[in-house]
Amino acid sequence: MAKRCAFSLALLTLLGSSVAVAGPTLDAVKQRGYLKCGVSQGLAGFSTPNQQGEWTGLDVDYCRALAAAVFGDAGKVRFTPLSAKERFTALQSGEVDILSRNTTWTASRDTELGFDFVGVSFYDGQGFMVRKDLGVKSARELDGATICANAGTTTELNIADYFRTHGMKYRPVVFEKSDETVAAYDAGRCDVYTTDRSGLYAQRVKLKNPDAHVILPEVISKEPLGPLVRQGDPQWFDIAKWTLYVLIGAEELGLTSANVEQQRKSSQNPEVRRLLGAEGSFGQALGLPADWALQVVRQVGNYGEIFQRNLGGLPLNIERGQNALWTQGGLMYAPPFR
Amino acid sequence: MDAMPPRRFDLLAWARTQLFSGPLNIALTLLGLWLLWLTVPPLIDWALLKAQFVGSSREDCGGEGACWVFVRVHLPQFLYGFYPEEQRWRVNLGVLLLALFALPLAWRRLRENVWVWVGLLVVYPLLAWWLFHGGLGLPEVETSRWGGLFLTLVVAGASMSAALPLGILLALGRRSSLPAVKAVCTVFIEFWRGVPHITVLFMASVMLPLFLPAGVDLDKLLRALIGVAVFAGAYMAEVIRGGLQGVPAGQLEAAKALGLSYWQQMRLVVLPQALRLVIPGIVNVFIALFKDTSLVLIIGLFDLLGMVQAAVTNPQWLGYAVEGYVFAALVFWLFCYGMSVLSRRLERRLNVGRHVPEDLA
Repeated sequence: MAKRCAFSLALLTLLGSSVAVAGPTLDAVKQRGYLKCGVSQGLAGFSTPNQQGEWTGLDVDYCRALAAAVFGDAGKVRFTPLSAKERFTALQSGEVDILSRNTTWTASRDTELGFDFVGVSFYDGQGFMVRKDLGVKSARELDGATICANAGTTTELNIADYFRTHGMKYRPVVFEKSDETVAAYDAGRCDVYTTDRSGLYAQRVKLKNPDAHVILPEVISKEPLGPLVRQGDPQWFDIAKWTLYVLIGAEELGLTSANVEQQRKSSQNPEVRRLLGAEGSFGQALGLPADWALQVVRQVGNYGEIFQRNLGGLPLNIERGQNALWTQGGLMYAPPFR
Repeated sequence: MDAMPPRRFDLLAWARTQLFSGPLNIALTLLGLWLLWLTVPPLIDWALLKAQFVGSSREDCGGEGACWVFVRVHLPQFLYGFYPEEQRWRVNLGVLLLALFALPLAWRRLRENVWVWVGLLVVYPLLAWWLFHGGLGLPEVETSRWGGLFLTLVVAGASMSAALPLGILLALGRRSSLPAVKAVCTVFIEFWRGVPHITVLFMASVMLPLFLPAGVDLDKLLRALIGVAVFAGAYMAEVIRGGLQGVPAGQLEAAKALGLSYWQQMRLVVLPQALRLVIPGIVNVFIALFKDTSLVLIIGLFDLLGMVQAAVTNPQWLGYAVEGYVFAALVFWLFCYGMSVLSRRLERRLNVGRHVPEDLA
């Protein structure tokens, strides 16, 4: 009898697991005592171990922020490095609570796979890198260029579309591995190297003379990257979503890891007071402590700080571009906290 | 027996007969020398002469040579993975203990002592698990933080010591006269040999939790270990079955005639001869298994190669991938070559190459 019970239980779990793992995620995470976060197995600026063997990067810091929101301690998170093949199954099976692994938000992933995208933590898109001495200032001047790209990716299709729309000609030189592509570009086999812009900046560091190359301003595809959670747990979805908005909103409101503590005491701005839990019930509505946003900003910093720490500073030197705040010509925008 | 080699080595005569014995051989020798000239000096130049060994940051490198600083700086990570720094002595102690437990094997007399093997195969693994994982007084280090060469050795060591006994049992089972045992073993072997290794790991890591009831949380490393061991066990079984078939039928008949039980026949007569025959095959499986440990990267465990690949993406050190891969290759080669040397010594000691005397054949 016990055996049969266990079997039906297993069967039920199997059936249930395609929708959501039993019980609200927040309770499970709290009971476990740490957050399980799926990250990439190594992507410069997004998730990579540093010399001390600690995970660093934009995707990693988002998970630290989420841990700070839930536990008030950004250290209570364990990172599970996932391959591109494994990532969705790992989230589905409950192996991780949240997937923060430079995943592009697309309609099919959001609808068919049973996930909810929390938001956009980085607006990526395909760009071009050229040698400075070519004197090219815009992608529109690339008519007749030789272009190095990776084979069998959407990258190839995007260039084809872009050049056709603008009535320009080009000659593709494709390679299987991105290391080969970069080496070919560095050796001068082509005029232009194209891939997602975050990748362009990382690859530029590997070139013999990084300063001799420039990344053109045009972005020819949309690759919004962001964290995602399992569908069917609205509370957890809200917590993940608002953690991201707190990071962005804190930058809008001028709150940094250095001044947030003092701002909570002294600020007269009602939005700051609501955000940091001095007024209202922002935390309560999410099932979190009143000072959760304060802990997030104090321990991890705002979005601008995270960006500067991982991507904006040397050696990657990525421009804010589309990832600047909406007030500064970018796309980063947080709904009001009220 | 071949002709005796000349007692005194004559380089000129040797070169004349071996390298320049005809127009074709002269051409091939010159081609070979030319290729060596093309590849070896630049390699030495890159790896040693122009290489940078000292320093602590990317700024110290920049010449044309290799930047071994990258490997030096990341060495603790390559060896221990994410294991907490202040706990790494436990790993070192574990390796030392392994050497201590294996030490008695150096004496022929102790090699046949059962307790030595019990210590090595039962006591040591339990002790090592406690030491590495913690609990009972030691702070816990969850297996997700294990990594680097340490993880490679844990996965390889544990799977090897599980795969050999499993392989022997499966091989005996497949040759069993009991139809049920035979069928089960055959299906088991053919199933695991028929699926790709990556699939096995992937199933163990990602799909298995879907089938387990909620709340049951098998450790990911343990799941991977079982996957690797079962996979290698199936291959091992077929290698050993080859050895079993190589033992002359007369041996088994003689053992039966002596009135030995089935297990006595196998343990005392058949297996010692069968295993000796297939030492090269067994070592082959071991070496393949050792290199296959890199596949655990698929399921998010960072072995030596995984650690190198992750370190290569560190923004502070972008562009030093070649040095990292060369280092990983060197370490893997050292271990695999070591196994190969050990197996050759074992073969020589057991005198495998000897001819079977007429009366035994």
